[in-house]
Amino acid sequence: MSPENNRAWLGVLPVVLVVAFSGVVPLMTVVNYSVQDILDVHTRFFVGFDWYRETLRDPRFADALLRQVAFSLTVLAIELPLGILVARAIPKGRAFTPLLLVLIALPLLIPWNVVGTIWQIFARGDIGLLGVTLNAVGLEFNYTQNPLHAWLTVVAMDVWHWTSLVVLLAFAGLSSIPAAYYQAAELDNASAWQTFRHVELPKLRGVLIIAVLLRLMDSLMIYTEPFVLTGGGPGNTTTFLSQYLATMAVGQFDLGPAAAFSVIYFLVILLLCWLFYSSVVKRDA
Amino acid sequence: MAWMMWTAPTAMFFIAIGAMLCVMTIVELRRPTVLRRGLLPVPTTRGDRLFISLLAAGFVHLGWLALTDLPVIWASGLALGLGVGIMARG
Repeated sequence: MSPENNRAWLGVLPVVLVVAFSGVVPLMTVVNYSVQDILDVHTRFFVGFDWYRETLRDPRFADALLRQVAFSLTVLAIELPLGILVARAIPKGRAFTPLLLVLIALPLLIPWNVVGTIWQIFARGDIGLLGVTLNAVGLEFNYTQNPLHAWLTVVAMDVWHWTSLVVLLAFAGLSSIPAAYYQAAELDNASAWQTFRHVELPKLRGVLIIAVLLRLMDSLMIYTEPFVLTGGGPGNTTTFLSQYLATMAVGQFDLGPAAAFSVIYFLVILLLCWLFYSSVVKRDA
Repeated sequence: MAWMMWTAPTAMFFIAIGAMLCVMTIVELRRPTVLRRGLLPVPTTRGDRLFISLLAAGFVHLGWLALTDLPVIWASGLALGLGVGIMARG
């Protein structure tokens, strides 16, 4: 590395300082909390790894983790292909294309708790358009009592909320492919699938990696929407890690166990994102 | 700093992490890292191997706490050995 490169690191110093105060110091505090039983600000006892042991052996934690991973994989498996499909269907360079993009991006502008409320009403069997329609065709849809219906509703809500992000990223990627690539594919008599597989998909790789990373991290931290929509029910069937954590930290004010939970949660997300990053990005490098 | 609820073990832990990063910075300035492929399935730099070692150490401890009631010091020893192995051969 040249001396010039080393001096360039000074340029990122402000970002390092901001991240240190907004991310590292709170994380250190959480680690400090996780090894203590905190009764109030002045009364606390060092308990070592007890909260970690308790959390790791808690079957509700294991269940919530399993649900969380299942949820993330499900929404990724739907949102990614759907986003690409919609992006491919958007005509490029037309007068109404920008308007179309704004309309598609609308769900991204809605606050998360409002998204939960919209779907809570939309899916209700007595007054909601979705619930009433499904009941009218004889499906007996009730997301407040049927765990499968609750899951499908939470997944549908997330797909509705976040597929737009994949669409926008994929459309940006598609727009950057030079026309010459398509002309070459046409000269070779490539089918639509071959054009997608050998021209578009390789060119979309960069934006799709970003899309997967963003959606993976975000879906692993989902809290507000399912909390508003189902409250984690029926039973605990839609209780994800963040909601279980919030119940401990805010509902019961168990700061020590909640901090240990947070550290484990953080490590799980870090591991999953690193696995994805190293298997896709580093392998290319 | 009292609001951060420090304890001696956590302070030592973070001092160790900070010292590790300082040593890595000094080593990097003196002998810039080279991307290499070792026993790990992806090419890594020295910093990557430290990150992987720390992450592995975290999960060794979590696994230990989840599965056994034996003293955690054994997990620390295992994590240290694993870390040295990753740094040297990873």
